[in-house]
Parts: sequence; structure tokens; C-alpha cells
Amino acid sequence: MPDNDNTNWTMEIRSRSGWFDINLSELWRYRDLILLFVRRDFVAYYKQTILGPLWFLLQPLFTTVVFTIIFSRIAQIPTDGLPPFLFYMSGTVAWTYFASCMTQTSNTFITNAGIFGKVYFPRLVVPIAVVISNLIAFAIQFGLFLAFLCYFYLTGADIHPNGWLLLVPLLLVQMAALGLGMGILISSMTTKYRDLAFALGFGVQLWMYATPIVYPLSQIPAQWQWLFALNPMTAIIETFRYAFLGSGAIQLWMLGVSFAMTILILAVGIVLFSRVEKTFMDTI
Amino acid sequence: MSDVVIRVENLCKEYRLGTISHGTLYRDIQSGWAKLRGTEDPNARIGAVNREQLNNTNDRFCALKDVSFDVRQGEIVGIIGRNGAGKSTLLKIISRVTAPTSGTIKIKGRVASLLEVGTGFHPELTGRENIFLNGAILGMHKGEIEQKFDEIVAFSEIDKFIDTPVKRYSSGMYVRLAFAVAAHLDPEILVVDEVLAVGDAQFQKKCMGKMGDVAKEGRTVVFVSHQMGSIAQLCKSAILLKEGRIIRKGLASDIIIQYINDMVGNSQGFKVALSGNKDIAIMKAEAINEDGNPVSLFTHTQPITIAITCRINKWIRGAEIRIFVRDSRRNVFTTDTEIVIDTNCKPEMVVAKAVIPGNFLRPEIYFLTLVTYIPNQLTIDLIQDALSIKIIDGGSKYAASEGVDYGCVFVDCAWTIEPASTNK
Repeated sequence: MPDNDNTNWTMEIRSRSGWFDINLSELWRYRDLILLFVRRDFVAYYKQTILGPLWFLLQPLFTTVVFTIIFSRIAQIPTDGLPPFLFYMSGTVAWTYFASCMTQTSNTFITNAGIFGKVYFPRLVVPIAVVISNLIAFAIQFGLFLAFLCYFYLTGADIHPNGWLLLVPLLLVQMAALGLGMGILISSMTTKYRDLAFALGFGVQLWMYATPIVYPLSQIPAQWQWLFALNPMTAIIETFRYAFLGSGAIQLWMLGVSFAMTILILAVGIVLFSRVEKTFMDTI
Repeated sequence: MSDVVIRVENLCKEYRLGTISHGTLYRDIQSGWAKLRGTEDPNARIGAVNREQLNNTNDRFCALKDVSFDVRQGEIVGIIGRNGAGKSTLLKIISRVTAPTSGTIKIKGRVASLLEVGTGFHPELTGRENIFLNGAILGMHKGEIEQKFDEIVAFSEIDKFIDTPVKRYSSGMYVRLAFAVAAHLDPEILVVDEVLAVGDAQFQKKCMGKMGDVAKEGRTVVFVSHQMGSIAQLCKSAILLKEGRIIRKGLASDIIIQYINDMVGNSQGFKVALSGNKDIAIMKAEAINEDGNPVSLFTHTQPITIAITCRINKWIRGAEIRIFVRDSRRNVFTTDTEIVIDTNCKPEMVVAKAVIPGNFLRPEIYFLTLVTYIPNQLTIDLIQDALSIKIIDGGSKYAASEGVDYGCVFVDCAWTIEPASTNK
């Protein structure tokens, strides 16, 4: 065939391409779609519930109350000298954001098979939209936390918000990245291994208990702290709590490890995701 | 050659039938562990030496084999073929829903594909919100949609309900809105599956007109349809697919004739290879002449018996079998019957027979689409163009002037001519 391929093809569709064929510029082109998905999720969520946004407030409130009763009153786990209610709420609010990002992105392929089977757009749009719409719920819960923080502060509780607060936006981005990374990693694997979806439910539970949410990191013996540092959520939760409440056992190197782990998980997730997205329609 | 906008080269798509991998993590780990220790894979088929050999068994299915063609700028190309010829697979690959097994497609320009109308519509959102969402899914920017918003609303004819959630729309309104968004896409290349088969007749006409306009503006359209009428109307060139290969490409009118002749030539009836697992599965269909033989050629005086074998896996109250009879342009008539529930309700094979009387259908080629369904509820099984029959003139008075359109059926209208009564 006389090949005069000097014409400028805008796109070439071939079988599997390399491992690192990730088209970020295309994702940017679809930014409107990301925002519309966020809007859709949000509107649809409200229209289907009676209490609407109130749910976002009730959930962390009840969890915190339950944690306070069980872990502080009954089990008598110390809270670094902080008011237990604030201690648990700070952990719960942050953890909830991460966990919902992860669980809701983890079934991307399966829940969206209908749309994905009919039209092409960069598949990453969907999990990114999920992470952003969860940010709205986080903002509401965070507002609740701030309200309690102010109340405790004004009534003279022993809490010291400090300069680490500047790190909070970064922590938020990191949680989003980690939740997204884990979520798409799992969603890529569930197209092949359906049983992972079942494991996820209690996996999240176990992970929560492996993270200093119902206990402070200072309770962990020093020789085991390195193990906890490998869990990227440890440093995030501890730093988050330290920034607002001014007590905890966070060290900078832990934050560094956590950061590196997050980047690694996100990178592996994106690579695997973009590999699966091309052919998953045939296997699902 | 600079005006080629789609170049398909040696495209193959292979599906593996049955399970793709072992399906569970446990067994994959088990296999991996066995491989590591050098023992036999507990999950391998007995006798298979390695994966290659496993793959060479006939559990593979090629939906497309070595397909190559070019589409030029501004062309409307129709893709024709029977069920399972690979049309939909081809469209899916062009629209990037799935990747090919080998081969490449090079595309110049923005592609928008319409494999379905209303993809991503959310019932809770209003018409306005859905226009934006659906538009964005199809690849439009927000600005573009805003610019065309009024046009889209006008085209869909639902301006009064634009701020109502679409879950309150009638199905007609829903489809009109969905198509309106799609019709206002501005891609250089438009890929369309049989979405025109929806909506009322007037709206269909409007859609066809819109597709024609798209091409007049110099854009390219790739169009798949079972309706030869729409292909003939819209497309100048066509590609005929059969069992995953291109049989012929060329002028649409020539290809349509070949397709129709092909279908009649090798159609001794329809038979599914797979075991029907639908509740009421159509397994076999034949056109039988007066002598009881399955044939596809009849004279216009012969009655035609259509025998449909169904496997009834579940007896459903109110289920019906329907036959759509159509010629190359439109449906000529439909006929249906209710499946009366058997008392023992056990799975069973049944044969339904319908007789099309002689001296009824005009000489033409007809395609029979078979459906089992529950009226106004759901389609249980659908076989597009399951049968084709050719009716030749067995000596009617119109035979001499063949090719003139005298209508679709012979009707004995009981003419009388009497002297007009004078006292009126």
C-alpha cells in the first residue's frame, strides 16, 4: 500500500499501547464534563433523600458520639490529653473523606459499564468527579468540626491550633490523591477479579483500625512506629489532628514517607487504569 | 490522498468465548504458584501444554478479520451486513469504546459517536441539565452547548418542559431531546448506529434530514443500519460485511442489491447456533411452501407458511410472537399471536406457524424480523431479518411492467361497475 502518511492524523487507534500511554491533555479537554458529573452526583443525591445535606452532618456526629462512648468512656483509651470528642471527630471527618473517595471510585468500571459501552471519553473523568463531589460532603463535615472546635476553644479546652494548619490544604489533596489512587487500582482489578469488591468492605474497616483514629499514635511503642509510618493515612490523620488541636506524635519523616507512598499508589493506579480502560468492555 | 479522514488498516477483533481468565484471584494465584514451582497448573485444561495451545482451541471468535478501508472527507458511508457480521464491533472500535486486537485506525478530525441516544441521561436532572451533561459526554464544551442551546431546544420541540426532570417525560420526548443534543454535535466525523429507529415518523424524517445536512456541510458520516431504505436514501457508498470480512465496498445502490440477493440466495432459514437462554427464545425459523419444503423463493400466488421454533424456558402470561414483514424500504405489515399458557408449564419447544396467503404480497424481496415480547412491556427475544423471502411474479397482469411501483400488496377490492342510477 503506498503509504503517504505525512498527513496529520489527529488520532490513531491501535491495540494495546505501552504502559505509559496516559493522555492528560485529553483529560483537561473534558474538564467541563468533570464538573457536570460533580453537579449531577450532587443534585441526584439531594433529590433522592429526604434529609438531604443533613445526612452529611449526622453521619460524623453519630460516629463521633459512638467512638467517644466506646473507646474513651468504656475502653478508656487516652487521647493525648485532648477532649475525646474533638479527637475522634477530627479523625472521623478526615477518614470519611478518604474512605468514601476510595470506595466510590473502586467500582468505576462496573457501575458505569452502561455509559462506557456506548461512548468514549477519558475514563478517568468519572473517578476524578467522584473525588471532587466528595469534597462537598467533606466541606460540610469540616464545617461541623470547625464549629465544635470553636466551641471547645472558647470554653477553654486545652487545644492549640498552630502553624501546621498551612499544611491542611496539602493534606486534603493528598487524601484525594490517595483515595483516587487506591480506588482506581481496585476498580482496574475488579474487572478481572470480582471477589475484590467483597474484600473492600471490610478492608476499609480494617484499614481504619490500622490508622490512628480511635487511638493516638503516641500509644504505639516506638519500635513499631515505622510500621505505622508505612500506612500513608497515619501521617495524614496525625498531622491533621496536630494542626488543629496541637497535640500528637507526628514527625516530618513520616509525612515524607506518606507523601511518597501516595505518589506511588496514584501512579500505579493511573497506569493500571489506563491499561484496563481500553479493553475492559470485552471482559465485563 | 489527503482527503482521507478515516483509514482502517488490517483491523482484527477477537473475542474469547467463555471465561477470559480464571476469574478469581485465588485461582490466578494458584496457577502462578504452580508455575513458579514448576508443577502442573491445577487450573489448566488436561493435556494442554501451555497457554498458546490453550488459546488455539476454538473458543475464540473473530468478530472482525483483516478489515481495511478508507473513508474520504464528506462521504456518507453505510455499513451493511447481517446479524453478527461485525458492524457493531467496527463502530465500537471507531468510537474507541473498545480496542482492536490488531491493526490500526487513523482518524483525522474530531469523532462523535452515537451508538445510543441519551447516553448518560439522568432521570432526576431537568431537560436543561441533561442537555449539558449529555453534550459534554459526547465531547462538547460548555461554551459550545450554550451557543447551541436554543437550537437544541427548538429541534426537540419540548421547550415547555425544559426545566422538568426527564423522569417525567414521555419516552417520545426523551428520545427527541436526546437526539436533538446528538444532532447538534459539530464533529468532523459522525459515527451513527441504528438510532433512527426511534421516535415517531415525523421526527424520524427530521432526523434523516439533519443527517443529510451534516454531510452537505462537508462532514463525514459512518452509518450502520438494517433499514436498506435509510441507507439508500442517505449514503452514496457502502461497505458490505459478512462474518467479519469486507465482501465488497462501492456504490451504495450496488451494495444493497448484492446484500439483498445474498440474503435470499443463502437463506434457507434461520437457526441459532447457541442454545437460547432467553425466556422465550427463537431457535429456528423457516418459510415453507405448499409442499412442506423450506424454501426462500415463492410465486405471488403461493401461500407462505412461516414456521418459528421457540424454546419456552419460562411460560409468561400474555407473551406474544410477532413477525414484522418488510421490504427494502419499510415495514409492509406485522402479524402476531399470543402464546397460550400450557397447563404443565414445563420448558418446551414449540412451533408457531403463520400463513401469509397467496395473491397478497407483490413480487419483491421481503425480510422477516421475529420478536417474542410482552406487549407494551418488554422484548424477550429479537432476531432482525431472521428470514428473507423473494416473491416472483407468477403471472400477474402487472408482470409485463416490472419495476413500476404498484404498491406492496394485491387486494381484491370487489370492484363493480354498474349503470349510475338516474334518480339521484
